[in-house]
This record gives sequence, structure tokens and C-alpha cells, in this order.
Amino acid sequence: MHPALQGLLTIVIGVSACIGYFYFSNQFLDRVLFPAKGPQAGRNINRANQIRPWLFLFPAILALGLYLAYPVFETLRLSLTDRDAGGAFVGLANYQQMFGESKFWEALRNNMLWLIIVPAASTAFGLLVAQVTDRIAWGSVAKSLIFMPMAISFVGASVIFKLIYDTRPVDTAQIGIMNAVWLQFEGGFGSFLFLRILPVLMLLSFTAIVAYAGYVIGRPLWSDAYRAGGGAMKAGRAVVVLVAAWLALLALRNVIDVMTMTFPYGEPQTWLTIPFFNSFLLMVVLIWIQTGFAMVILSAALRGIPEETIEAAIIDGANPFQVFFSIKVPQIIGTIVVVWTTITLIVLKVFDIVFAMTNGQWETQVLANYMFDKLFRANDWGVGSASAIMIMLLVTPILVWNVYNARKEMA
Amino acid sequence: MENIAGTKSSLTWVVHITTVALVVLWLFPTVGLLVSSFRTADQITGSGWWAALFTTEQNEVLRAADPDESRVADGPVYVVSGNIFTDNDSPLDKQILVWGTSSRDIAAYQPGETADLGDGESVTVQANGDYEWRGNEEQISGRGQRVFVTAEAPPEFTIQNYVTILTGGSTTDNMSKAFFNTLTVTIPATIIPIVVAAFAAYALAWMEFPGRALLIAMVVGLLVVPLQLALIPLLKLHLGLGIGKGFLGVWLAHTGFGMPLAVYLLRNYMVGLPRDIIENAKVDGATEFQIFTKIILPLSFPALASFAIFQFLWTWNDLLVAKVFLIDATGETTVMTNQIVELLGTRGGNWEILATAGFVSIAVPLVVFFLMQRYLVRGLLAGSVK
Repeated sequence: MHPALQGLLTIVIGVSACIGYFYFSNQFLDRVLFPAKGPQAGRNINRANQIRPWLFLFPAILALGLYLAYPVFETLRLSLTDRDAGGAFVGLANYQQMFGESKFWEALRNNMLWLIIVPAASTAFGLLVAQVTDRIAWGSVAKSLIFMPMAISFVGASVIFKLIYDTRPVDTAQIGIMNAVWLQFEGGFGSFLFLRILPVLMLLSFTAIVAYAGYVIGRPLWSDAYRAGGGAMKAGRAVVVLVAAWLALLALRNVIDVMTMTFPYGEPQTWLTIPFFNSFLLMVVLIWIQTGFAMVILSAALRGIPEETIEAAIIDGANPFQVFFSIKVPQIIGTIVVVWTTITLIVLKVFDIVFAMTNGQWETQVLANYMFDKLFRANDWGVGSASAIMIMLLVTPILVWNVYNARKEMA
Repeated sequence: MENIAGTKSSLTWVVHITTVALVVLWLFPTVGLLVSSFRTADQITGSGWWAALFTTEQNEVLRAADPDESRVADGPVYVVSGNIFTDNDSPLDKQILVWGTSSRDIAAYQPGETADLGDGESVTVQANGDYEWRGNEEQISGRGQRVFVTAEAPPEFTIQNYVTILTGGSTTDNMSKAFFNTLTVTIPATIIPIVVAAFAAYALAWMEFPGRALLIAMVVGLLVVPLQLALIPLLKLHLGLGIGKGFLGVWLAHTGFGMPLAVYLLRNYMVGLPRDIIENAKVDGATEFQIFTKIILPLSFPALASFAIFQFLWTWNDLLVAKVFLIDATGETTVMTNQIVELLGTRGGNWEILATAGFVSIAVPLVVFFLMQRYLVRGLLAGSVK
């Protein structure tokens, strides 16, 4: 049978089965099991109403349990067993093996970079777009165009950006814009300005921002003037400070590299094979996609700010930058956190982009692709499951935080 | 707003320019792919796509027609004449700027000039490509005379790539099967979770039963569980149940993976519906099933549409779930994302194929996006802003 026909048939069967299930199970409940007549009519109605929610919920609970809850435990079990040994329990051997692989550490390091840079850049760009388009006549058109990449698949976006990073042999026309621009540099003053001064300034400002953020978050640990919170909060703060210090050092080291590096002017570069740098080129793809998402949400949040607060600030003589950073941003900080965590979740699962563009070669590996490699190329279910559990561990703080917030809201 | 203080902000121009710059930056990549998909392979390798919008100069090596077939006697000499572009199947509407007969000096002659090849042999090439090659019997034989031309070509686009991708070409290039497979995956995988989730969301929003709060918390928790964890256990399950790899498996998987978001979005929306309507209906004797189908479903249309778009985009664009649950060794059930990844591997340099295939796969989501943007935005706001 033609798959399209099969699909159509499935839609009809699937949907009518769903509706039929709901309809007939309700009928059965009301007419046969607990009919609302006879001597026990009142009791029967109550009983039926106690059971009915579960009839409504049953298919959804089945789907959730079978496809999301059960796999968490099954994966945990698989990560502790060895498939070749007939599924025997091997303790943490899979994890030990994984921690011994340099590819794993490379994936973890890259994931950390992705986790910091992609949400930060997407949120920053999203906020910028939301702010500049807020009060101009054609703002909604501009937003719609910047939002558009949301509809494009990661694979489609990978094709788009592969064209941008494309390389042709020397002396032929470069069809990738990046090499076409690169060949315009020849080592003169312009090259010095754009390839040394500008990156160094960006790195230095990045270092400053990271160091300041680390300082603000870590301040309560060594100063009594601030509340540090409980033990978990303290541990969290310490982790943030360490990550910030690592990032700041990384950025500073790159300042030296940028200043001393000799650039191969005039030679087209195969960008995606340059280690470390290429990870950033892959991140650009996700930033390009996620900025629209951040923009939509932050734009709505900016609109929701009470006008009076802004009017008061302007009357008091605040300039537009002060209005933005001191009045608007503090009022939407909650939304910024939500956007940030949502993009973080997407980053943790990023697979398609790396798979399609480099497949983890040239030091671009990330956890999700590492896992896919282990599961379906190496056929090593133990280590593959162990790396899946690593992704789950990274997600868990957000999971706890979300559930905590949801419960607080309903109470 | 800025006018309140009495002066128009001097930042207005900066704002406009920044917006234009950002929009251009964000559109540039997609436009590049779109333009490339309308160019021939030679054009794509000959110049960057941004040059396609303007008149370009191209260098070509062309040959005069085969003298043994087409030479004509003109008294003592023989003549081969024709159009250098038509004889070489090169597009016609070009203007020759300079030409030459040797690779060492390809710009030796202006159009209309005659090149003296020695011993009375000569070639004349006009700006439009018409040429005349004269010489004695021995000279006008063997292979046709080589001519190096530098020509100016106007922008030129073709839909040939789309014809190749959609209807013809080799089996690896032809996307029509993958297109229908993607469609076959997408539509049931969008509709079934909506039906299932709508009932559950109604129960969680408007029915009283013990454990409701716990269930809602569970849904929120499952919202973030990475589907990577589900791959191996579910593949094992599907193989064990006899579903194996195929459409049924991928539909079930998408239904499961889309369920938390569906329940969460729909419940949040339904809980905000006015209580009066539902209670009035109850007083009038409507059953829960009637309330749901006659009142809740029609009123929830915006939320249903939001989720439908999410799920559609997500299933259409998905690669991982299809690779694990659908595509078997025969490759009969390949979807577009998977085929494009394969093309990236096998036809990495053939941008006319890649760009067109890429655009075919993103065209449908883009149409849906622009038509239903309102619902997508509403869904995003309901799904994440608290």
C-alpha cells in the first residue's frame, strides 16, 4: 500500500479510535456500569464521576508513562549493564569507560561552551531586536523576518550555513561568503583593525562581563553583607564562580592568541576543520534560529511593562540607555530567566546541527551526538545510555526548578 | 514615549539602521540558499550567489564547430561559421568583451577583430558570438578552433533544479518520495496527540479527583526530559512488540514525545475559560462528554492551533526520531531531513542539488509559519511566560 494512503488510513483509524474510545467508554460508564437510574441512582452518578477523569486521562498517561517516564528508568538500568554480557549488572563500569574517553571530555567541554554562549547570545540578540523594533512602524515586519528561522529545520539551517562556510580551491571564485570576505583581508590596517583589535575588544568585554557576573553571584560566599542562601544555593554559587573563572581565563588566553597569531592571508580556509573555532561556527546556526524565539517572548514582556515607570524615569531625566538597563531590564528579568532556561534545554539536546555539519569531527563533538555515535554506530548501549544519563543530569536542575515553580503557582 | 519629555529622540535613526542591519543579517543566509537553488551548477561554482543578482563577467573556453562536418568551400579556402555559444550549448544572451585564441593571452582581441593564426588562417568573433574561421583545406580540419572568451552575462535563473529534485534525477537526488514520507509522518503525528491531550487537559483543568496536582507536576517535569533517553528503551520495546521500524512506530513516538507540551499548553488554556459557562451547562444537564465536545473544544481552538503548529514544525523538521524509529536499512521510508544529510555526505560540492533539496524541505514549514504566525506566537507565550 502506498505510504500516503496508509497515512490517511491511519489518521482516520487513529482519530476515530481515539474519539470512539472516549465516547464508548463514557457510554459504558453511564449506561452499563453505573446507570443513573434505579434505586442507587445518586450513588451511581457519584461513582461514575469518580472514574470518569481516569477515562479521560488514560491514553495520555499511557503515552507519557511509556514514552517518557519508563525510558528514564530503563536507560538508567541499561547504563549499569553490559549488553554483550547478556545484560549482566556491571556497576559503574560503563561510566568509567566513558570518563576514560577523550571524546567524551571534548563533548562535555563543547557542551559547556554551547550552554553558555548560545543562550547568552540568543537572549541578548533577542532583547536587542525586541527593543529596537518596539516603537517603529515596520517593527512587526522586521520581527516576523527575524522570527522566520524558527520554522527552518536544524538540517535545513545546516545546509544554509554550510554554503556560507563553503571553501573552494585557491584561484577559483569563492562561493561561501565567509571565504569571499576573508580574501578581502591582506594584512594591512583594515585587517589589523578587524582581525586583531575588534576580536580583542570583544574578548575583553566578554571577560569583564563574565568576571562581573561571577563576582556578583559569588559575593555572598565571602562577604557577610549578602544572604548566601542554604547549602544547595552555596554549592550552586560556587559552581557558577568556578565556571565564570574558567571562561574568563579561556577568553584571556585567546586574547594572547589573537594578538600573536599569524593569519594565512589570501588563502581560502576550510572553516569547519579549524578546531575550537569551528564550534563557534556551529553555535552561530543555533543562535540564528533561537534569537527569534527570545525576541517574541521578550518583546511581549517589554510591552507588559507599566508605562508609568518609564514615563517617570524620562521625566527624571534618564537617557534611553538608562531607561533600558535600569528600568526595563530589571522588570523583565523573570522572563529573561525563562527564555534563558528554555534555550538551555534546546542546547542540551542539540544533535542535528552537529550531525549534519561535522558529525563531531575536528573537535566539535557534543553529548547528544556522542550518544548517537555510541548507540547506533558503536552499538554500545551501555556507554550510550550512560551519556544519555549525563544529559539527564544536566537537565535535572531545570526540571526541579520548573516543577517547584509550577507547584508554587497552583498553591 | 520619548516625546513626553518634549524632544524627539535622536536615537530614532540609529534604531532604524540597527533594525535594517539585523534584518539583513538574519535574512542573508536564507536568501543565499534560495538564490542558489535557481542557478545552474556552472553559475554556482563560477561566482558567489550575491553576484547572481548583477551582470557578471565569465571566462569560457569554447570550440568552433567540427570542421570536417560543417566546413564550406569559398573559392580556394574553406570557411566554418556559426555562433560560438550555440555550437557549445552555452547560454546565448551574453556579450563578448574580449577574446583570444591562446590560453596565454585570452584577452588579445576586441569583438569584431580578426585574429591572424598564420599562413592565411584567421578567426573573426563578433560581440554576440558569431564567428567565422577561414583557412586552407589542411588548416580547416581535425578539431574545431579553440576560442577563449570573456563575456558579460546578465542575471539568469532557472527552475531546472526543482524539476530535477521533484520529478527526475537519480534515485538519490529525487526528493518526491521523501517528501511524501515526511508528510505521512507529520499529519498523523500532529493530529493524534491533539485528540489524546485535549481530553487529558480537560480532566486536569476541570475535573476534581485525587492526585490531580501530582499529575500536573509530573507533566511539567516530563516537559524537559530529553528524548535521547527514550531512544534505546523504546526501540527495544517496539522491536519486542513487533512494531519494528516503520510509520506506526514513529507516529507513536511523536505522540509520546509531544504529549507533555500538548497537555501543558491545553490545560493552561482551558483552566482560564470562564467557569460560568461550564457550570451552566452542567445545571442544564449536559454530561461531561458533551461539555467537552460542545463547549470546551470550540473555545480552545486558539490553543489547539498553537500546539498543532508546534507539533507540525517539530515533526516535519525532526531528524533524530525518524532515524531511530522509522528509517530501516532499505531506505524506502527515508524522510527529507535524512535525505539531505545523506546528500551533504555524497554530493557535498553540488550546491545546485543541495540548495534545491534544502529549500524544498523548508518551503512547507515557511508557508505554515507565515500563515499561522499569530497562533505560533500565542502558543510560545502561553508555553513559557509565567
